[in-house]
Amino acid sequence: MCTTCGCGAGETRIEGDAAHSHDHEHSHGHGDGTVHSHPHDHGHDHSHHHHEHGVAGDLDFGAGPARAHAPGMSQSRMVQIEQDILAKNNTYAKANRAWFDERGIFALNLVSSPGSGKTTLLVKTIEALKGKVAITVVEGDQQTSNDAERIRATGVPALQINTGKGCHLDAHMVGHALERLKPADESLFLIENVGNLVCPAAFDLGEHHKVAILSVTEGEDKPLKYPDMFRAADVMLLNKCDLLPYLDFNADLAEENARRVNPDLTIFRVSATSGDGMAAWLSWIEAGLETQGGKRAETVDALKNRIAELERQLRR
Amino acid sequence: MHEMSLAEGVLQLVEETARREGAARVKTVVLEIGQLSSVEPEALKFCFEAVAHGTMADGAALAILDVPGAGWCMACSATVPLQEVFGTCPQCGGYQVQATGGTEMRVKEIEIE
Repeated sequence: MCTTCGCGAGETRIEGDAAHSHDHEHSHGHGDGTVHSHPHDHGHDHSHHHHEHGVAGDLDFGAGPARAHAPGMSQSRMVQIEQDILAKNNTYAKANRAWFDERGIFALNLVSSPGSGKTTLLVKTIEALKGKVAITVVEGDQQTSNDAERIRATGVPALQINTGKGCHLDAHMVGHALERLKPADESLFLIENVGNLVCPAAFDLGEHHKVAILSVTEGEDKPLKYPDMFRAADVMLLNKCDLLPYLDFNADLAEENARRVNPDLTIFRVSATSGDGMAAWLSWIEAGLETQGGKRAETVDALKNRIAELERQLRR
Repeated sequence: MHEMSLAEGVLQLVEETARREGAARVKTVVLEIGQLSSVEPEALKFCFEAVAHGTMADGAALAILDVPGAGWCMACSATVPLQEVFGTCPQCGGYQVQATGGTEMRVKEIEIE
């Protein structure tokens, strides 16, 4: 387990799935020459985005020390890999994004420290928009399905992903969630990430925007302390603004710090509880939905034109 | 941050390549980690040692190449060295600097036998 953040693998649970593993065959070779093979089987019959991780660039065996070694001496040689460590996650994320775009779905990934009011903000956002657009929600937490239950109480479908020891959602988990939730075309897809201002920054889930939520009960210097997250996000909500009169919190300074880390950040001051400032945030979402819908219409039109063109050629 | 997942990602790439090359053992793993990436090299080394245990990369040396940070200063219209993601431009002192280099986290190469 990671000493920095407690990350671990193999403990992810998606609500309703008791055991979650994939149809992989694992072979282990042992020192004594025996080889064990463990087939794991399970019920997911989805395509598993099996992508070849081909080696980018050339394999240049001559570049390594092997060339310098005499035959029969050491067999060691260098092999170029030149791949991003997050390549696998990014491939899944790309597939998710393409999936959203084809269907005109607008996807947001909400990130913040625990206790910034993400879930309350989501509930209020859903209540305001559910009459206008179909909404589905993915909730990420280490344990419990409390948040998904809070979302379901608003009447929209929600799926809880428990990451176990994991500290963030990854694009593969979200891909599974999409298969389960099957969000409607031209709908709003909201992902509430695990409450953590560090790790979720590096993991693209295929969302269109990362929305960072900072509450006024935290420090103004949070964006400077956790710059990765505020740099990865393109929208920031300064939440709990109804409490400003009771706090020694300089909202302008908080915004200035956030813009120092990320000059392009769009910032909304809101209070999910009182509803102040929510209108601007909601119209930002609606504008995003419209853009996504437009993109889809373009794709559909382009495809229709292509079909018409092919049919015309066929008739010739 | 999440060095454990990253270490697992590294191991996956290393094992895939080593297996394809018919290697028996991985001796060295060379990574390129940018100064502006969100990776703590020491934590990554620690985690890699842990996840590589019992695999063909068990005991492999992890070499981390530091890639210096660079940014584009909008005011100066120039590429400038950058120490921190939210650092100021060393020429004009402004904050309008976008990181352009030193954010990479890559597995560069491995030595196998």
